[in-house]
Amino acid sequence: MEIKDLIIDDRQRGIFRVHRSSMTSDDLFQREREQIFSRCWIYLGHESEVENPGDYRRRTVAGRPLFFARGRDGQVRVFLNSCPHRGALICRRDAGNTDVLQCFYHAWSFNTNGELIGVPDQEAYGPNFDRDELGLKEPPRVESYRGFYFVNFNPYAEDLVTYLAGAREYLDLIVDQAEEGMRMVAGSNKYTMKANWKLLVENSLDGYHLVPTHQTYLDYISGLGSDDSGQTASSRIVGKARALGNGHCVIESPVRSGRPIAHWHPLFGEEAREPIARVRQRLVDKYGEERTFRMADTSRNLIIYPNLVINDIMAITVRYFEPLAPDNMEVTAWHLAPREESESMLATRLDSFLTFLGPGGFATPDDVEALESCQIGFRATETQWSDISRGMLRPAKSTDELQMRGFWRQWHANMQGLSHTNVQDAPVEETEAALVLADD
Amino acid sequence: MTTTNQPTLREQVEDFLFREAALLDDWLLDDWVDLFTEDARYVVPTTDLPDGDPKRDLVFIDDDITRLRARAVRLNSRHAHREYPWSRTRRFISNVRVRETGNGELSVNSNVLVYRFRAGEGAPYVGSVDYVLRRDGKDFKIAHRRAVLDMEALSWHGAVSIIF
Ligand code: FES
Ligand SMILES: [Fe+2]
Repeated sequence: MEIKDLIIDDRQRGIFRVHRSSMTSDDLFQREREQIFSRCWIYLGHESEVENPGDYRRRTVAGRPLFFARGRDGQVRVFLNSCPHRGALICRRDAGNTDVLQCFYHAWSFNTNGELIGVPDQEAYGPNFDRDELGLKEPPRVESYRGFYFVNFNPYAEDLVTYLAGAREYLDLIVDQAEEGMRMVAGSNKYTMKANWKLLVENSLDGYHLVPTHQTYLDYISGLGSDDSGQTASSRIVGKARALGNGHCVIESPVRSGRPIAHWHPLFGEEAREPIARVRQRLVDKYGEERTFRMADTSRNLIIYPNLVINDIMAITVRYFEPLAPDNMEVTAWHLAPREESESMLATRLDSFLTFLGPGGFATPDDVEALESCQIGFRATETQWSDISRGMLRPAKSTDELQMRGFWRQWHANMQGLSHTNVQDAPVEETEAALVLADD
Repeated sequence: MTTTNQPTLREQVEDFLFREAALLDDWLLDDWVDLFTEDARYVVPTTDLPDGDPKRDLVFIDDDITRLRARAVRLNSRHAHREYPWSRTRRFISNVRVRETGNGELSVNSNVLVYRFRAGEGAPYVGSVDYVLRRDGKDFKIAHRRAVLDMEALSWHGAVSIIF
């Protein structure tokens, strides 16, 4: 099957289908590595993970072993984790603090700026042996936006901010919730799903599955009492879905439980009412009612194409997934929190995270099961197509699948060697109208 | 030389832990939750931060008794899809160490190996489970249960979907 035929996108009839070989084929997996993971901006880490000079973190990104470090000059640098001598891993711990990284194989040593500072028995090399040429290699491009670091293995890629397109505003909406910036909480959720990585993209943006798949979570939350804060009529908001350009997509939904910023819920306890009200007031003073409403009373699931998900829901989770094979991926998820948050508010936020999120939470295990179940189902190869048509002929709600189509269209363009797609769901105009109070 | 049939403290604690393991392997989760005190806590730290403190750090699980009961309700509901149909598990508890800490409380460390089988696959959870046990007549109650995984990531199971 040719790549151009992998997707059926019939905007007149409102039919969108994806051929399942896109999630099972080794050839297409290899092609993704070249066309997507070697050309797009890929998330690496957050500045707060290397807070102090000498801090470093190791990570696998787009198949490459990398590490990033804050130099003595305070600057964050990213390195390919392979010795310029003959290849051994330079950084062999997941995190730490050091001035010097020494390769254990032949003991070349490097500083956290990547410079080669020590070569045992250097006299054995000829006069053309130049230490300056043999420092640690960096990815062709490294850029950050508001604390989030990305790498790009295409030297000619457009800059990160241009690449982020409409997703930039959503990142702002999340980071602006903090007064003194955001940080990653210590501890990460690392787990494997035996499923194609694109299934997790879909799942992370899937408002349709919430009620059927996560019934046990919804029962648990409603058993704790309902939101009587009187702050909003958010239960009457209809959520919406948006494609943000370059494959980035978002769903925005009414708040179902609480948000530590800045929407109280019985789950948080009475003692949290007052601090949450203060945060809300600060946001109103700084950003006005409307933007505060969006920050506090709506939640959003955002995908930064291709493999970064930020769910700003009952807490903020940053989730990155590394494809390992057509039917396997490793997921790492972190918890993003405002730096200034008090001990007790942080505890509330952490608690809120755990009700739903993470592989020990009340929802994520069910998502793992759903995705692995799809992947096994794909072995029934006679069922060739998956249907992603929902809401194609109406202004998309958060329970529709416009956001997934936005992702898939970008994927399809990239796989054909095109960098952009400007195709939207026609003929329906995307309108802001979806995010208003419903009549009922 | 005198012999006595009185079980040692460690034997008493082991009996309790073996009973707990059997309840979990038999999916008698309501009975399992009844082993806990009202102020109990069940914590599972992340694999990269075994010393993680749930007040400050991200962990996998930090249940008070309310959420622990909800966890049992969820796992019994047939809608916890990762565990319905239930997996088969078999728990092995060993290396039990017991220390009296005063106020009728015991600090207990154990090594735990749980094999979990489901959907054509089987793999272990390996780690240690530390308890604070409180005397309750002739029996014990669990006031704190902290289960620390030795794996570097949840690579085999994809989740902590059973009670570890
Ligand atoms: S491979 Fe690193 S010093 Fe030889
Ligand atoms: Fe889900």
